[in-house]
Amino acid sequence: MTLSELNPGQKGTIVSFTDPEMAVKLMEMGCLPGEVVEVERCAPLGDPIAIRVAGYQLCLRKTEAAVIIIQ
Amino acid sequence: MADLKVALVGNPNTGKSTLFNLLTGLNQKIGNFPGITVDKKTGYSKLPTGKTAEIIDLPGTYSLYPKSKDESIVFQVLADESNASHPDMIVLVADSTNLRRNLLLFSQVADLGIPMLLVLNMADMAKKEGINIDTNKLAERLGVQVVNISARKGEGLSELKQAIAQTTTIATQTTSISAKDLAPTAVDAVKQKIGTDNDYYALQVLHQHEHLAFFSEKEQEEIEAIEIGNGFDTVKLQGEETVARYKHLSKVLTDVVTDTGAEKKFTLTDKLDSILTHKVWGFIIFIFILFFIFNAIFSWSSMPMDLIEGSFATLTEWGHEYLPAGVLTDLLLDGVVAGLGGIVIFIPQIAILFALISILEDTGYMARVTFMMDKIMRKFGLSGKSVVPMIGGIACAVPSIMSARNIESWKDRIITIMVTPLVSCSARLPVYTLLISLVVPDEKVLGFFSLQGLTLMAMYLISIIAAVLVALVFKFIIKAKERSYFIMELPVYRMPRWKNVLYTMYEKSKTFVIEAGKVIIAISIILWVMSTYGPSSRFEAIDKKYDTIEATSTDTVQLASLERDRSAEKLENSYAGIIGKTIEPVIKPLGYDWKIGIALITSFAAREAFVGTMATIYSVEGVDDENGELRLRDKIAAAKDPETGLPIFTFAAAFSLMLFYAFAMQCMSTVAIVYRETKSWKWPVIQLVYMTVMAYVAALIAYQFLK
Repeated sequence: MTLSELNPGQKGTIVSFTDPEMAVKLMEMGCLPGEVVEVERCAPLGDPIAIRVAGYQLCLRKTEAAVIIIQ
Repeated sequence: MADLKVALVGNPNTGKSTLFNLLTGLNQKIGNFPGITVDKKTGYSKLPTGKTAEIIDLPGTYSLYPKSKDESIVFQVLADESNASHPDMIVLVADSTNLRRNLLLFSQVADLGIPMLLVLNMADMAKKEGINIDTNKLAERLGVQVVNISARKGEGLSELKQAIAQTTTIATQTTSISAKDLAPTAVDAVKQKIGTDNDYYALQVLHQHEHLAFFSEKEQEEIEAIEIGNGFDTVKLQGEETVARYKHLSKVLTDVVTDTGAEKKFTLTDKLDSILTHKVWGFIIFIFILFFIFNAIFSWSSMPMDLIEGSFATLTEWGHEYLPAGVLTDLLLDGVVAGLGGIVIFIPQIAILFALISILEDTGYMARVTFMMDKIMRKFGLSGKSVVPMIGGIACAVPSIMSARNIESWKDRIITIMVTPLVSCSARLPVYTLLISLVVPDEKVLGFFSLQGLTLMAMYLISIIAAVLVALVFKFIIKAKERSYFIMELPVYRMPRWKNVLYTMYEKSKTFVIEAGKVIIAISIILWVMSTYGPSSRFEAIDKKYDTIEATSTDTVQLASLERDRSAEKLENSYAGIIGKTIEPVIKPLGYDWKIGIALITSFAAREAFVGTMATIYSVEGVDDENGELRLRDKIAAAKDPETGLPIFTFAAAFSLMLFYAFAMQCMSTVAIVYRETKSWKWPVIQLVYMTVMAYVAALIAYQFLK
């Protein structure tokens, strides 16, 4: 499944990415395979989402979260 | 002159700007990077050895591979050794609470082989969160000096200056990854071609050469050929490099960072977020904050603005009294001083707006606004980050356009810049109030709402709706140069750093006065000349006519009135007046006569000139009493078309005029700032044209329907 399918409060471990270009940007921001990510909350209108990863809070659009495959 | 050039490099939100302000104080300036069209912040700092270091603040970035135009500056400056901004050493600023992610950039920069040192900022906060960093072990493993500081508290500054002075001219950092292993043949080929012995530099050149202006066209083609010949896959290799770097960093950080209090962090931020980004409360609080900002911009600035206006009036009066009368004095006082006053008057609003915006940014709230608004704004081709400039546009488009700089996507930023001037700014307010008081009756609707107030609010609403719709049009016209990302750090909430707020106020106001000032003064002088002079034959005739009449009169009241008639007639026959008459056929369908035409022309430089021009033009009959403004209103209301004898300022004409002022680009400062921000005349010209066309069409439709 992908990160965009998680609900707030749910956790997952990053496995891989479906978009190599986006993968570089996400890894630079600390989203590495093997890292645990937790969806903290959605924006009031449902998109973007805020996640907790590598010890800080990151926000990204759902389309961007959809490239992150998690376990 | 500086003995040493030091560049500050680091992730966003690491306190880099705070450190820059600490190191340089007010001794800083904003210029351009030679050959690169992005602002450069530099300042000077005295080192303990007595030497002076020039500090260059580079844009915050997470990686040498850029996401935005701002970020691409970092590698451009570090790559070009012949560039005047190329640093002798780099100070890499890292956030101690998130060391691994921050060290990714460190390891990339370190591999370029420029002498450097590492600053661990927020060491005190890391300790509070249970993170312990063994600085000595880290320094040993990285091969550079590591300095702990707290920029917020101003701690560790002298140690840092000492470390800068002690940094050797030869890079000491240990190697991290092998760039050559990633693309052996391509790296070798580029090394030979451009004559470098640094593998990583060669690899970066392969990735980013199209950003590097110092390569000739021939060199670019040759590097491109090497890429193709060796099957260089830039995305894949960036991914492999990032993975390799993190692998290396895991080894470096083993036994260096120990984290004990993982669960206790962020509780305050979480609690605040659950309220501030709440489905209902989030928006209510946001609207409340907006209301507070508008209110502050208008109410806090009114006193200093009155003061500035008063001082300039006194200065002009004093000048007319004591300076020798003549053309030069008139030019100086009515051209230059008047123009200068027109700029200086906006400083209070700009300073307040920027102080409030920098507080919202500094506390971390602005990132949440962006987060909340992104989905709505995206529908109209904007980004969540466009909210900030558009809100600011209600005060003044000039600083707001400057604040659009932090929008990463080029397309989002350009659209934001293009529509921000449509939002009704404070300079339109006097135009609206004058015209509304002329044609809208002072009545209450439902016994509570003032009809005039509602009309004013409608004008603001119309302007915001227009801005959003125009953004939608641009969304389909402008082609995106790069992918739009919204991968953004949500920093923890913090108290604002008041010193940074003060620096921002000072810096933005200064930039505004200098940059916009140059243009405004030039235009004011031209306008003054055009409305003071006319074809000499016509002016001589007017002078002769009034000289003869005045010679026969002794009544002082009548004489004053005659003088006013003389200047009114002169204005009509001045170059500006002639142009007003010339454009009359064009503006007739909008319901305007040549006098309004002159006001339109003088408003070209700054729309706030409207009321003043109307006052001059309509100062035909009678003598002003204390109720100057009321008088002006009466006179304008009484103005009649000489041919038909009907009043000029009907509801239709006034509404058409308000729409014209709402949409037209009548602000040279904005044109100048758009040029400065986009570094090309293309965008200000497009903006000027589309806004003028829109203003004309809207005014035409309104007048033709309402008359």
